[in-house]
Amino acid sequence: MFCAAMIWFAAAMGAAQDVSAKPEEKTLSVDEIVKKANHVSYYQGKDGRANVDMTITFGQGGTQSRGMTILRLNEDEKDEAQKYYVYFDKPADHRNMAFMVWKHVTKDDDRWLYLPALDLVKRIAASDKRTSFVGSDYLYEDVSGRSLAEDTHTLESTDDKYYVVKNDPKDPKSVEFSSYKVWIDKATFLPMKAEYLDKNGKLYRTMEVLETGTFDGFATAVKSKISNLATGGNTVMTFSNVKYNIGLPGDIFTERYLRRAPQKWLKGN
Amino acid sequence: MMRKLAFGFLMLASVWLAFYLSDGVALGEETSDVAEGTTSVMSVNRALNPLRSALAKKIRENLPSEIHGFVEARGGVRLKDNKTISRTATIGESRLQLETSWSLLGAQAKLKSDFYYDAVQEMAKGDLREANIAFSPLEFLDLKIGRQTLTWGTGDMLFINDLFPKDWNSFFLGRDDEYLKAPSDAIKASFFLNYFDLDAVYTPQFDPDRYITGRRISYWSDALGRSAGEDDHLDAALPDRWFRDDEIALRLYKNISGWEPALYYYNGYWKSPGGMNPYTGSATFPRLSVYGASLRGNVLKGIGNIEAGYYESKDDRRGKDPMIRNSEIRLLVGYEQEIAKDLTGAIQYYVEYMADYDDYRRTLPEGIHAKDEDRHVVTLRLTKLMMNQNLRLSLFAYYSPTDADVYIRPKVRYKFSDRWEGEIGGNIFIGKEEHTFFGQFEENSNIYASVRFNF
Repeated sequence: MFCAAMIWFAAAMGAAQDVSAKPEEKTLSVDEIVKKANHVSYYQGKDGRANVDMTITFGQGGTQSRGMTILRLNEDEKDEAQKYYVYFDKPADHRNMAFMVWKHVTKDDDRWLYLPALDLVKRIAASDKRTSFVGSDYLYEDVSGRSLAEDTHTLESTDDKYYVVKNDPKDPKSVEFSSYKVWIDKATFLPMKAEYLDKNGKLYRTMEVLETGTFDGFATAVKSKISNLATGGNTVMTFSNVKYNIGLPGDIFTERYLRRAPQKWLKGN
Repeated sequence: MMRKLAFGFLMLASVWLAFYLSDGVALGEETSDVAEGTTSVMSVNRALNPLRSALAKKIRENLPSEIHGFVEARGGVRLKDNKTISRTATIGESRLQLETSWSLLGAQAKLKSDFYYDAVQEMAKGDLREANIAFSPLEFLDLKIGRQTLTWGTGDMLFINDLFPKDWNSFFLGRDDEYLKAPSDAIKASFFLNYFDLDAVYTPQFDPDRYITGRRISYWSDALGRSAGEDDHLDAALPDRWFRDDEIALRLYKNISGWEPALYYYNGYWKSPGGMNPYTGSATFPRLSVYGASLRGNVLKGIGNIEAGYYESKDDRRGKDPMIRNSEIRLLVGYEQEIAKDLTGAIQYYVEYMADYDDYRRTLPEGIHAKDEDRHVVTLRLTKLMMNQNLRLSLFAYYSPTDADVYIRPKVRYKFSDRWEGEIGGNIFIGKEEHTFFGQFEENSNIYASVRFNF
């Protein structure tokens, strides 16, 4: 009987992470809040697939687009190691390229890029994670997550909708910002807005979620925008065909499928 | 003249067809705003639209997939007078590439072909780049059959265990990097097993490099004892019997938590002429086997790689035939790292060691420049991305301290939009002597520029 109660309790706790969760503001520490927000942003379900469209608007005018399908697989239950597979379909000079990342938390990521015209599997040197992802205003860290251990987190305020968390980098020299603030939705734990201050304390970069949706029971930011106030440019990123727990096999994230795109998993079932 | 016209027409027709068949081609969409209320041509254009879209729909329904590709113009000139080639232009091409693929019963078929008009040789040409079908007959087996591009190994613009055909003319004349690889007509079987993966490539008829012949690029000829050009182009006897003059290439590999060890084997022929028939004077492709290994992985803050290969020149195992290239040991070590934001640097050290050097020296005929026992090469690559990665500055340089020669490839690429891009670059050869590996190409140094529209 006791065991059954324990199982029920554990199941209920698990369910508390999805959308139906009620705010539990009084009981949550700031570390718990950022942990949940990190989970909701990058680790929901065991795996996932989405089509991603980016519209990049340059400060001096003009736009470009990027289109890709992203497959993701969690490698552990600790919200740490993951594997990503990104298959490009836009623009034309990126078409059919595949990019694969084995994300690690304690060491540098492993990255590969497949160039179909040369049939070349190129190993990519792990770069500064705060460099642009495919030329957009999104950085690698915005796409695959910033390790929680890199910042100290302070709960600045709480209102009826948001937890407002201030994040200060532990190693200020490693990043271009001095601090950033995130507005985390109390019901879904989705970060809905972020503001980055430069080294002089001036606001220069913002992220805002323009649209959310629920897929397979998981709250998801469907449309978001990052603006660079210094250049006047911005990028709008839109997710479609979002699906979680599709049962991705681990071998998708190998050289075999870099050289031969896993059409079945990219197109969806 | 007729051929030129016909070719031009074919190109235009293909571009037109490609635009209409590829889904949501922006050209149509982009111009529609501009077309509003302009000339009568535009209104005729609009009136025809329903008809055209019906036609396009019909064709599209019957075609299993989209057509993509690009149209490109590329021109280049020689930087120095060449004693043996009269033309100043090194390249002048209008190129169309069309590509399509489709799925059928779980297999993927792919077709990719280039059509271009070569103004330097005043010829229209076609180059079928890919025509293959790929499928998995068993869960652990992938097959790819037909014309395909093949690459493996860890070197960057240096190849030890990658014995698939290269196109050195394209590389030296300043075509896009994609053209460094010439296609193979082969069967590739990939086995994915529990402990390792295995690639086996069988080429039933020897596919040589698109090697330097003197026609477009002059080279040092040992036989002539001078630079050879358009009037003395290389005459080579190609092993070309089906299923007899064949090639086999194997790669055994595994990914062990980010470390990538591999073993290689090749049995075929020297890919560029590696010998000479003393009676006819024509170049030959002697038999060759290669045994090699490589390892690649994250090292320090970047990527490290090491690769080695033993080239066994099977028609001259002892090194006593001066007309056939000796066996060699080749080794390379490389390292790549991001050295500043959006700036990547890479260095490689490469050495080619000739086996049986004493025999080579002893049998070498009088008057032929002797090669060194070992040839050392250092390469440097720098890539800088700017302006939202739309501007890419890159430099690749080979320097050989033993040959005292240099080959520099600077390149600037700018992406104007999702579809338009332009490129300016050069191939600069400098050498102390006329007969060294890069030095022989000094008079072929060139600069080029290109504009490309992708669709």
